[in-house]
Formats: sequence, C-alpha cells, structure tokens
Amino acid sequence: MSVLVNKDTKVICQGFTGKQGTFHSEQAIAYGTQMVGGVTPGKGGSEHLGLPVFNTVRDAVESTAANASVIYVPAPFCKDSIIEAAESGIELIVCITEGIPTLDMLQAKLVVEANGARLIGPNCPGIITPDECKIGIMPGHIHQPGKVGIVSRSGTLTYECVKQTSDPGYGQSTCIGIGGDPIPGTSFIDALSLFQNDPQTEAILMVGEIGGSAEEEAAEFIQSNVTKPVVSYIAGVTAPKGKRMGHAGAIIAGGKGTAADKFAALEKAGVYTVRSPAELGAGVTAATGW
Amino acid sequence: MNLHEYQAKELFRRYGMPVPNSVVATTAAEAKAACDSLNGSKLVVKAQVHAGGRGKAGGVKLVDTPEEVRQFAGELIGKNLVTFQTDANGQPVHKVLVEETCEIASELYLGAVIDRASQRVVIMASTEGGMEIEKVAEETPEKILKAAVNPLVGVMPYQCRELAFGLGLKGDQIKQFSKLLTGLGKLFVAEDLALVEINPLVITGAGDLLCLDGKINIDGNALYRHPDLVEMRDTTQEDERELRASEWDLNYVALDGTIGCMVNGAGLAMATMDIVKLHGSSPANFLDVGGTATKERVAEALKIILSDGNVKGILVNIFGGIVRCDLIAEGIIAAVGEVGIEVPVVVRLEGNNADKGAELLNNSGLNLIAANDLTDAANKIVAAVGE
Repeated sequence: MSVLVNKDTKVICQGFTGKQGTFHSEQAIAYGTQMVGGVTPGKGGSEHLGLPVFNTVRDAVESTAANASVIYVPAPFCKDSIIEAAESGIELIVCITEGIPTLDMLQAKLVVEANGARLIGPNCPGIITPDECKIGIMPGHIHQPGKVGIVSRSGTLTYECVKQTSDPGYGQSTCIGIGGDPIPGTSFIDALSLFQNDPQTEAILMVGEIGGSAEEEAAEFIQSNVTKPVVSYIAGVTAPKGKRMGHAGAIIAGGKGTAADKFAALEKAGVYTVRSPAELGAGVTAATGW
Repeated sequence: MNLHEYQAKELFRRYGMPVPNSVVATTAAEAKAACDSLNGSKLVVKAQVHAGGRGKAGGVKLVDTPEEVRQFAGELIGKNLVTFQTDANGQPVHKVLVEETCEIASELYLGAVIDRASQRVVIMASTEGGMEIEKVAEETPEKILKAAVNPLVGVMPYQCRELAFGLGLKGDQIKQFSKLLTGLGKLFVAEDLALVEINPLVITGAGDLLCLDGKINIDGNALYRHPDLVEMRDTTQEDERELRASEWDLNYVALDGTIGCMVNGAGLAMATMDIVKLHGSSPANFLDVGGTATKERVAEALKIILSDGNVKGILVNIFGGIVRCDLIAEGIIAAVGEVGIEVPVVVRLEGNNADKGAELLNNSGLNLIAANDLTDAANKIVAAVGE
C-alpha cells in the first residue's frame, strides 16, 4: 500500500529544464520514479532528459495522463504554477520552492481545494514511498521500504527520522515533508489520517517544531482518531521568543507555539515523545515493542 | 520586515485611514521647525524605534512649546532606548515623530494577522485599547472580537458593521470605522503585510476615530514585489550579525550560550541546539547554512559564529542529502583553514560517503573532531569545551 504515491504514480515536473528541475528530475528517474515529462513554457515540443517537454500542464496531462506534479519554479511564480496544476487536473501537487509570499498561498490553497487536488508543501523536501516513487529533493538511498509512516515540517529532520528507522530495519511506508511555511498544503492531521488508514503503516513518526498550533491540533486528532502508535519530537526547546528560526513558520509569537506546549499536548493525547533528536528510532522501538 | 511608526502611518494615510498630522525629524532643530506646520497647544514627541513599550521607557513625551520639542528631541536622537521588548543595549533612536495631540474619549484596539489555524487574514478588534493585546487575549478573550477575511473577496462591509456594533460605535463612527477597516484590508493585501496593529485606535473628544499608533510587519518573502517598501528598511534596528548573515543568505540568530552551531536545515538546526542543551551546555546561536554548504558559505558562517566572543567550541551538523559528504568535508577543511580557528570544532556528517568525509576531517591536521551521530557529536563538543 503506502500513501499518496506509489510505482503507478505518473509525475511531471514544472520548471523541468531549469537547474533545480533538471538535477532533481535526473535523481528521481535514477530512483525509479515514473517521470513522464515536464513543463517549461516556450520549450514545448522539445525533449529533456529523454522525456517530452510541454508548454502547459494541460498539454502534459492530456499527452501523458500524469496525475502528480512537482514544482521547482522560483517563488514569485509558484502561485501561478500551483493553480495551473490544480486546474489542469493534477491530483497531487508537490511544491518544493521556498520563500513564497504567504498571501499567495492563502489564495492558491483555496483553488487547490476547490479542484479537489492535494498540495504538499511549499518549502518542503517532498514525498517518497521507498523503492517506488520519489518526488522531491530527499536522498533516495537512505530510505528502505517498511512500516513506519513519517511526517515532518523539516527537511533534514525528516532524513534523520529515515536514517533512524532504516538502521534498525523498520523501513518506511511513506515519508511526507509537509514543509516549514505558515500555510502548508497538507497538515499533520491530513498525513495522520492517511497513515491511520494505510495497512502498510504500523507506526507513525511525527516531527514538529515551534510556531503555530498545528501540533496541538494534531494531538487532539490523534486522541480520537489514531489507534496506531505515534512517536513525536518537537524541535526548538531552546528557541527564544519572537525570533524566526529559519522557517517562516517557526516563531514563538505572543508566547504561543512553544515546544513545551506542544510536548504537553502530544503527551496528553497518548503520544510517545522523545526529547532528543537522536532518539527518534529508539522512540519507535519503545512505543511499538519491536 | 518591521516598519517604524511614522512609516506605518504613511501607509495608513495612503489607504485613507485617519492619522494625526505629524512631521518626522532627524535632528533637534528639524523637530523644532516641524512645530510651525503643526497645530494645537500640546504636541507629542515620539522616539522611532522597532520596539514596543516606548512610553514607559521614556521615549514618548507630551510637550507645550517648540523649545521643549527641540530639547526632548535632542535628548532622544543619537541615544539608545531600552524598553521591555529590547535587549539591555536597547535600540538606537535616529528619528523622532512630532505629532499633534487630541482629546481622547476612549481607546480601542484594531489589528490584523495571518491566522494559521483558519488559514485566513483575521481582523481583531477590542474595546481594551492601549493595553497589551496578548494580555487581553489571555485574561479576557471574550473582549477580542474577530472577523476572518475570505481571500477571494477581501473585507466585506457586513464585517465592518459587525465589528463596529460589537465595539459599541454609534452613528457616524460606524461609517468612519467601515472606511478605516476597508482601507486596512486593502493595505494588508496590497502591501503583503504579515501583521498590522493600531493600538490605540482612539475616539476623540469630538467623537471621531483616529489611529494614534501604528505597527506593521511585512512578509519578507513578498519584498521582491515592493521596492518602495524595501526602501523603508532600517538596518540600524537589526542585529549586526544577523544582518551580515542575511547578506550571505544564511539564517543566523544570536543566543547566549557557548557552543556555536552550524547546521543545514532550520529544523535540524533547532534540534542541534536542543541536543547541546540536553547534554549540559548551551547553544550560542541558531545557524542554518542551507542546502548548499559550499566552502565560501561555510567560511562566512564560521566567521559570523566566531564574531561572538562567548563561543568556546563549534558543532557542525550536516545531513548531506544528495551532496556527497567527502565534498562537504573538503569545504569545511578549506574554510576552517582559511578562517583560522582556535576553538575545537566537532563535525558530524551524515549521508553519502560519510566515512570518507570523517576520514578527511580526522586527517586534516586541523582542530577538527569527527563524530558518528548526533549524541556522539553533542558529547564530544561538550567534553571538548570542558563544561
């Protein structure tokens, strides 16, 4: 099983012929992702990395029956790219780009929802189902197919989760990087619900960080909807108030969104929490009895 | 990006929101001269700094004569103002706002932020103006009225009326409030704000609405489409090292510990700070070196970390991802060699060719210690600085 992506997912790349699009599409193809083409306006009809290039997402969908798209276009153009994908029938839109204006995302998200599509990101590493489909910038080789579903706001911390669940041989069902922006397309709750309903996923590793209340909302959801063991770590115990810690969404504003609040909410919901980022894997072992 | 009060009020004026007449001055003489164009028996002089709590800190004064304006402006300009929101050094005052005063019948609060939970711009209004709004929200949340704005249509007239009635406004005030809030909604979207606050929004003795203070924070990601707002940036109000880091696209936040941290990725950078603390020491900074840890960026990052005199050791934590760790190790070795570092540096590299990277670090002849994993790295750096 796995969630959202598998070996049958047909992926196009928006911003295909650019530097990022080229590099990461090559990596995805090498990993075995079913890349079926790409979009660069004005370069339609040409070929890139052995795949067809289209002028529009609509053309690409009509010719290739693509159902997923990964976006590497620069931030000023992402609102347009996300909306183009959603209105051209793409079901899963993965936006890697960092630095998109928040008001652009408020609008883009409404259009994505109106079209029944799902957006992952922006400002995220992407999504991967090991050995089947890699959409994004994560290093494929650290993953292995298995039974832990991973969801995280941070890219490199996701890799940390992957390594620590690959080392003991648990492997991952699917890893979803939901991104570090204030308005993410997919929330913790969305990911938790997908993992709860996925037979391959036996435990869930959820990594949050300071800022906002997404972890607190996830805790409430877990309490009443998730029966699988959930392990969680929150980054930023040592972060000061009022300072943005890299991610646009990682800021303790007005005393709200501290790591302590989030740990408390998760523990109240029966989540197994770890205080050290080195104990993510050990936490899974402890929570599952594996 | 934060704006000064006088800049916020310029934007308020542009969007038809009522503000008192005022003049901004950079010298005491200019401040005195400003009085010629202002009316009323009393004026107020306000220090322009990026911090709240100016009144209690002595940064705001009511004055009666142009000579008093000159005197008070002279006392403020060139000094640092320390408020409960600044650090011990305070923020430098380079400008003052000289403003007309009015009789105040009551003080309201009006603000707008991007609310993550509802994924809307949410307007907040309260009769408890002049107070710290976080305190009002905590103690008497029922006194904060809210309206969520649909991004497709903006602020609707009914929302203005709803809030106006909720605030107990009467007659012409309701019209004035609707005009003000409609302007604020347009301002928020057109100028890509992240936050705006009018505290207080006053009802004058004559019964009119007036924005007496203004605070604006602009979405940094949207600055590329607002060259006029970029001009308003006042870098003297920002931390020197954070500013330097931002010029290199490095995310740096100064903290008060002794272990300098250099990490790729914001989440892992925070996690690294946390693990330093868990192992009994404390982080000197947050630093996200980003996805491309090249020699130049690593060297610049090390220089910024070392410009903090409290740093006794450095922990480098890089999860290589797609880039090979031996290449990253070469970059670190070259950068450490170039910068000339005397404190111990522990490096944890993970990803492709991690072993080869560790070997390069251990054989570099520099004060570099390779670590296997996060716990090992934290133990090694805490031991190396001997705390």
